[in-house]
Amino acid sequence: MSEQAAARPPRTAADDDAFKRELVQLIPHLRAFARTLCGDPAAADDLAQDAMMKAWDARASFQMGTNMKAWTFMILRNQFYSEKRRSWRQSQLDQEAAERTLVAVDDPEAPVALDELRQGLAMLPAEQREALILVGAGGFAYEEAAEICNCAVGTVKSRVSRARRALHVILEDGSYDRDGASAGDAMRAILADAERLSTVR
Amino acid sequence: MGDENAKKGRPSRKRHADSMIERKTSPDPRKPSAALDEARLRQQAIGVRLRQMFDDVVNEDVPDEFLEILRRHDIKTAENG
Repeated sequence: MSEQAAARPPRTAADDDAFKRELVQLIPHLRAFARTLCGDPAAADDLAQDAMMKAWDARASFQMGTNMKAWTFMILRNQFYSEKRRSWRQSQLDQEAAERTLVAVDDPEAPVALDELRQGLAMLPAEQREALILVGAGGFAYEEAAEICNCAVGTVKSRVSRARRALHVILEDGSYDRDGASAGDAMRAILADAERLSTVR
Repeated sequence: MGDENAKKGRPSRKRHADSMIERKTSPDPRKPSAALDEARLRQQAIGVRLRQMFDDVVNEDVPDEFLEILRRHDIKTAENG
């Protein structure tokens, strides 16, 4: 990554400062993306920190003025999957922890709809989940999401649309079970929340 | 966002908007266009929720460790280089 840096003008302290300012502003977004990949908040913060440091170390290879958010998300995602490859056993444990976190929401005050949306997301295939999150929540264009996921734009589009349909079905049918609450309740709660949120914003 | 209402997005809580939606939740099979609107409305609702879930984390305070790690790393590289 950093080999090409020699061809560019030498980095100045001002370059580093500008880079760092932008990187620091992205930390909340990196944490949010990591949370959707890991589920477990502590593991997610570890991942976000690793990605932040990797981005900082690779700063010479970043072209200022291009999309740093997409660039750091790509680093974070690569980090996540390379850690998984390195130790599939560990990742399986992480996965179990993630599922526990996603399922065990003990807070009685937690909004029902959010709880069930998390569970619904956990049931999607990983590649559909990340595509939906990048486009549907992270605010990325399909092209940017494709770059982050290292796949074709059409692939992202079809993953997002499959994820949307699947999530709808999961929430509607209640393929999960939560204290005997019926699926209709989940969808109704989401609709009620969405209605309220859209009037607030 | 983090107000009282946000914590109580439960179906049992009847307010004007809720009851309006509840009436719409049984799509009429005889009217395909109404069912289509219904599906679109639901997709939008899921989208809003999804964004909120993500934004909730974005809006959390960043733990001090993040900036601390960046700062410590800086000192280390300055000493080495």
